Amino acid sequence: MSFAAKSHVWDGTATIRLTGELAAKSAGQFNRVIADVSAQDPHRLVLLLDELTYLSSAGLRSLVYAHQRLGRGVEIVLVGAQPEVAETIRLTGFDRSVVMQEPTGA
Amino acid sequence: MSTAERVDSYPTHWIAGFGVRAGRLLPFGATPVPDGINFAVPSNHATAVTLVLYRRGEAEPLAELPLPDQFRVGGVWAVTVFGVDADTVDYGYRVDGPFQPEAGHRFDPSVVIADPYAKALTGGEEWGVRPRPYEPTRWRSRVVHDDFDWEDDRRPGIAHEDLVVYELHVRGFTRHHSSGVRHPGTFAGLVEKIPYLKELGVNCVELMPVFEFDEFTNSRHDPESGTWWYNYWGYSTVGFFAPKASFAATGAHGLAVDELKNLVKELHRAGIEVILDVVFNHTAEGNEHGPTISFRGLDNHTFYMLTPDGGYHNFSGTGNTVDCNDPVVRGFVLDCLRYWAAEFHVDGFRFDLAAILSRGPDGAVLANPPLVEALANDPVLRDCKLIAEAWDAAGLYQVGTFPGYRRFAEWNGRYRDVLRRFVKGDSGVVGELATRFVGSPDLYGDRAPAASVNFVTAHDGFTLADLVSYNDKHNEANGEGGRDGDDGNHSWNCGVEGPTAIPEVVRLRRRQVRNLLLLLLTSQGVPMLLAGDEVGRTQRGNNNAYCHDSELSWFDWGLVARNNDMFRFTRRALAFRAAHPALRRRAHLVGGQDVTWHGREPGRPDWSGGSRLLAATLSHGDDHVYVAANAHWEDVDVTLPTGFAWRLFADTGRDVVHEPGHEPAVRTPRLNLGPRSVVVLTARPDWPDTERGDGE
Repeated sequence: MSFAAKSHVWDGTATIRLTGELAAKSAGQFNRVIADVSAQDPHRLVLLLDELTYLSSAGLRSLVYAHQRLGRGVEIVLVGAQPEVAETIRLTGFDRSVVMQEPTGA
Repeated sequence: MSTAERVDSYPTHWIAGFGVRAGRLLPFGATPVPDGINFAVPSNHATAVTLVLYRRGEAEPLAELPLPDQFRVGGVWAVTVFGVDADTVDYGYRVDGPFQPEAGHRFDPSVVIADPYAKALTGGEEWGVRPRPYEPTRWRSRVVHDDFDWEDDRRPGIAHEDLVVYELHVRGFTRHHSSGVRHPGTFAGLVEKIPYLKELGVNCVELMPVFEFDEFTNSRHDPESGTWWYNYWGYSTVGFFAPKASFAATGAHGLAVDELKNLVKELHRAGIEVILDVVFNHTAEGNEHGPTISFRGLDNHTFYMLTPDGGYHNFSGTGNTVDCNDPVVRGFVLDCLRYWAAEFHVDGFRFDLAAILSRGPDGAVLANPPLVEALANDPVLRDCKLIAEAWDAAGLYQVGTFPGYRRFAEWNGRYRDVLRRFVKGDSGVVGELATRFVGSPDLYGDRAPAASVNFVTAHDGFTLADLVSYNDKHNEANGEGGRDGDDGNHSWNCGVEGPTAIPEVVRLRRRQVRNLLLLLLTSQGVPMLLAGDEVGRTQRGNNNAYCHDSELSWFDWGLVARNNDMFRFTRRALAFRAAHPALRRRAHLVGGQDVTWHGREPGRPDWSGGSRLLAATLSHGDDHVYVAANAHWEDVDVTLPTGFAWRLFADTGRDVVHEPGHEPAVRTPRLNLGPRSVVVLTARPDWPDTERGDGE
């Protein structure tokens, strides 16, 4: 399945909607989007994940990359992760580095 | 080209469609570099090396890259390959050279071998799933990124003398359906049980092998029962740098490295250290009839101890012996342990059959084994706990004499044996027990009591419940005609072999378990518990359950409720140990000052051959602990040392154990020790002479 990442930055909050599969082939695309938004010095990054269907090891590392690229002062919020994606994030402990929210809490 | 761009990020050659250039020789293994991957592999006897790349999951290679001789320096081949994606490509090597077994060489370029430095392997992501048929060997190497978010993880740095080790099998700990975890049998499952470990009061877990191993090594099938016998314990390493993928719930997603790192991080967050049980004495390749996985095909002559005719020495009892004191292998072991210490933040290592690490290439015992010296003095490993299982399968027994450069602690097999003998009622052992009880100064006098890792049980042997329930091993289920497993168990069934409902026997067993635990946890040195012993886990008399991936070897969590009294006893005994520095001395005790021996009367111990009474006061500043153990089948009265306001922590004869800090006062100058019982008292001068609340 194809992957897409659409972003906008408003009032210090960068929001990126991810759709499809975040895996080896798409990780580079996501990383470029992260690099673009980090140039605008956001203080908060919101990733809308309800349409993300798969997260591979490369995809997870992209999230780690975002975390490290933006720095610890930037809160990262993952919204609406599907159960399998959320479980992968939890099992590898990355849930401690971010805030995970249900869609209604976004 | 901008000035920021690197010249070395461009290929100089094209091989099999890939842009490449001569690689960096170090580090060995596969390392991500800008726009590609650097591969470096050492072999002092190979004549040619081909890098084989696979698209993940595909049978046929994506490409085979014969490495030109100009990419070799000495005995190291190195290539940087550009445009290859670490997330979708696996790799291996074809290594050419002589096939001359009599000279120690067994090169076979028809086999694609795994990189011994591979940080992850594919082929074993699901436990118990047979190898795919399309490869002579199942293991392919993977490239790993070291980008885990450790969040300022700090090692707990627990002092050696404060350590309490809990030995567990990652899969067996939560595989049982009663565990209640979301992912049974995995690193993630263990994370969910950290609160249990905290409540129990241990501060270090020793994980039985978690390096990638093949559960099908020597696996067998029982045609009668339909049972598979696996290599469940895992003392048969396939990949020394790779975590066992099937121990990770995320192994199928290629995230075993992250999941194990997360386990370490969470344990550290709970103040619990992590020691890995590492097996450098042999590999899963076995003898000349075994598979070629990596070492054999890369440089057999270097990695293995060989007989003059090219056969394999077998000091490990498993077919081969790694030549750990070869300078190349020594470097490999050091690289490996440094990797686990640096990248996985582990706190120490327990070396399986460590006596082999002291043998030279021909098997002779070395007075100053270079590997052990290197480990003892390595700066990366400086703060790691190093623990030797100081014997091997060929009869070398080095408890107390392992050349550990004052850095290695030892599994004290002599402690285990004498404690078992004393508690079951053997005569003539009180004197030795006393020595073991205070940290075996006869063995470790030039070091500290913490050089002695004290234990009654470990994975290899009876569980604690079985130790008091069986006179003999019952290993028929192992399919070896009952010939396997140790015969010298020093066990006693308390009158009936195996399960019984006879109340007297049940009570006696229960008391014997408490006697053993209480003496273990009041001894100087580092106590080690076997997971499940705190709740009476049984293996139905099997003292060698290496091959059982079943309820026989798994932790039944229903026992925590069913034997909650035993759990509570262990928890309180651990809390008592933690509360009393007199039990955790950094230096050996001074007689008459730190320890005073008693018998029926204070200061008058009975060291005679017929004695079955051991009593002592342990003192450190204001902290005083009185321990009296009566291994006789009749009761005995003892007079307590005067000058102390004694309070009763535990009396196994009366089935009493109090919450530490809430011990009631002892108001009589004499105590009656019941048959086969242990009493522990405590005194502090600042305690008021009034009875405290009963924590029972």
